[in-house]
Amino acid sequence: MWNFENHKNRLAVIDDKGASLTYDQLNKESRALANVVGDRCLVFSLCKNGIGSVLGYVSFLNHGIVPVMLNSHLETELLEHLLEIYQPSFLWVPEERIRQFPDMDCVYQIFGYGLLRTPYHTEYPLYKELGLLLTTSGSTGSPKLVRQSYENILVNATSIVQYLELNEMERPITTLPMNYTYGLSIINSHLLAGATLLLTEKSLMQKEFWEFLKEEGATSFGGVPYTYEILEKLRFMKMDLPKLKTMTQAGGKLTPKLHEKFARYAKENGKKFIVMYGQCEATARMGYLPFEKAVEKKGSMGIAIPGGVFHLIDTEGNVIQTPYVTGELVYEGKNVTLGYAECGDDLRKGDERHGELQTGDMAQFDEEGYYYIVGRKKRFLKIYGNRVNLDETERMIKGHFGIEVASAGMDDKLYLFITEEALVEPVKDFMIKKTGFHPNAFQVMIIDKIPKNDSGKILYRELEKYYG
Amino acid sequence: MSNKENYIKAFVEALEVAEDSVEQLEYQSVAAWDSVGHMSLIAAIEDTFDIMMDTDDIIELDSFKKGMEILSENYGIEF
Repeated sequence: MWNFENHKNRLAVIDDKGASLTYDQLNKESRALANVVGDRCLVFSLCKNGIGSVLGYVSFLNHGIVPVMLNSHLETELLEHLLEIYQPSFLWVPEERIRQFPDMDCVYQIFGYGLLRTPYHTEYPLYKELGLLLTTSGSTGSPKLVRQSYENILVNATSIVQYLELNEMERPITTLPMNYTYGLSIINSHLLAGATLLLTEKSLMQKEFWEFLKEEGATSFGGVPYTYEILEKLRFMKMDLPKLKTMTQAGGKLTPKLHEKFARYAKENGKKFIVMYGQCEATARMGYLPFEKAVEKKGSMGIAIPGGVFHLIDTEGNVIQTPYVTGELVYEGKNVTLGYAECGDDLRKGDERHGELQTGDMAQFDEEGYYYIVGRKKRFLKIYGNRVNLDETERMIKGHFGIEVASAGMDDKLYLFITEEALVEPVKDFMIKKTGFHPNAFQVMIIDKIPKNDSGKILYRELEKYYG
Repeated sequence: MSNKENYIKAFVEALEVAEDSVEQLEYQSVAAWDSVGHMSLIAAIEDTFDIMMDTDDIIELDSFKKGMEILSENYGIEF
């Protein structure tokens, strides 16, 4: 995947405890780890923004070992479910979680991570081009994984390096989990450019984050809409950060007001603010708004990335040629992933999409060909940058509690309508536990009756009055 | 209500935690006090005492106790 020869002596990673590795060291350490793993196989990687986690990732990708990238805080029940379904040969986990797996042998330990050999007997065949697996973002207990090929990852990272003009002088600081497609794309593209990753688990709300950012002279970071709301709250625009040059945004649509505010701030302070568009199903990135257009085209997610093409289709599947007509956004490019996996046998599947992705987003373009997301085809919300499928949420609650439920809402606020008052707290707690999102993301409301039409379909329009 | 009672109320409402547990709270000691919870908490404290906190104070407020120190030293709120 990556050839580190050209920047051997440069620093690849620095963490907030002062540890670091050059590309040469990273290369050697990753070879040592891969030797312990041995042949191509499936590994569950419980990710953190730290050296051990990045080392594992680089080692696996560079040596034909296929990682399933998961959050290190993943709920135990969901992790066990995934383990049962996919039966990986190894787990790559933070040291503090090793004890949680008493039936597995720890065969290697380095940089705060341990390699655990699992006791499973089944080894599912892996498609030869399969590079890694990611959960569909905002997974609500679903074992569905996105299958990304080596070509997908390399092509997308190359394109990002090109349009963001990345070089080895860049020092991005982590603000997103590396098991999240956007966070991972930042790591992929900067490793390709030979840049230095600044790794921290600290959040924007912690003093230590800003100290690390300033001490190490971070040049960029990425954020979901919620990140930019936090930054505004922190009076970010008053901070003195001369080395910080680029801020990227993806993971949902920023309000046009906030978009304009950050775009103006960047313009006036010699920085770049770049709004982007993507999905896990397209590896990561599909579109970006060139920073020169950030103020003028506020609210737009831009144009297709180098190597990609956008078009819109109407309900009959015809291509829309006229500006300001809404249609479903379709993307074509080599970063369109292979497809999904829902069970171990799916890991042998080849390319099911052939380079074309129907995004499920409804969009329009203007006279100059800049795209604007105006809605969604399916019922889902983005909660703190993570996709949450509303129908799936209903099924999950129905399945667990055996009650009638309707879910609706807006980005960053999911409303659950139920009819039994006694279940308000249990339903909310259930959602918090399943998703790992903050309680503020959920509001459970009691109504007399879930509104339905004659054929039993829920009338979501009638629920809008409760939150609109 | 006293300043202390108001301060406790801000924690209880913003983080949805029990009143008798707030005194021991630290950033990330409970799931509700993550970066999202922190935003709500700061907003609640600012509303309660009608103040605008500085960036440094927002990011240094990492425990119930530290918050009281910051409010009394930098915003003249007596507890």
